[in-house]
Amino acid sequence: MLYRRFFNVPTWGFNRAFSDFDRLRRQMEELYGALSGGALPMPTAGVFPLTNVTEDSENYYVRAELPGIKSSELDIQVTAEGISITGERKIPEEGNNVKYHRREREAGKFSRLINLPGKIDVNKVEASMENGILKVTVPKSEAIKPRQIAVQ
Amino acid sequence: MKGGITMTDRETKDLQVKPKQELTSPAEQTRPGLVFTPSVDIFETDREITLLADMPGVSADNLTIDLRENVLTLTGEVAPFEGANEEDVLIEYEIGKYHRQFNLSNVIDQSKIDAKLNDGVLRLSLPKVEAATPRKIKIQTG
Repeated sequence: MLYRRFFNVPTWGFNRAFSDFDRLRRQMEELYGALSGGALPMPTAGVFPLTNVTEDSENYYVRAELPGIKSSELDIQVTAEGISITGERKIPEEGNNVKYHRREREAGKFSRLINLPGKIDVNKVEASMENGILKVTVPKSEAIKPRQIAVQ
Repeated sequence: MKGGITMTDRETKDLQVKPKQELTSPAEQTRPGLVFTPSVDIFETDREITLLADMPGVSADNLTIDLRENVLTLTGEVAPFEGANEEDVLIEYEIGKYHRQFNLSNVIDQSKIDAKLNDGVLRLSLPKVEAATPRKIKIQTG
């Protein structure tokens, strides 16, 4: 199930009404989930990393939050239907003499396959990392790009 | 059956999905928008306290670190990631501001605080003042 989500940017007054409604619905779902024995609050695939996929007329964009991971530590593969993101998040040891007050950041391996809804051009996929956000730009195949038809 | 699955989960060191923690008390908010609490590691040595915080999407310009009356405040603004013409296909995580506060004891040498932001991870070094570094106390006999 896919949910359309809006981002809560102050200037987007129109979207904000939906967003508040969205959150109310999520909170209700969480409440019902808690009563009936637990359910996922967000409709996710449950596989790390969580990804956001968007599209425009030219490309699909796959984004994931991967803080502290260098682009060289990521393995991104392209298949005919989608992309796979594999890697390992390492948190280096800080020495023997340190005493931890909090330890919330986690390390480990991950691997995720994302199927894209349309045909893609496997030769022109590009990926970039900025401030811990991975962005993969996947061009759509020429066959599925929208084309303007001139009326005779 | 369920027990077996949990065991295999534990054996492999795979990263599990951890939903972003939304800030529970909105008292600090002056503008609408989602606010998340970043995951942090805090550790201490004899000489300094180090704080690591995951703040993906925050650039150095948009990060504010404030230490006032022993309260350390981290605030990171995140710009909307989407371009103007992009439409959502699948949205699994939301973005918003990062905000978190910590109470520090008064042993921090405020003039020597050092902050680095790399790949969305903040590393904040908070050196202790000389007087607060532990000294070994010699025990006199006799």
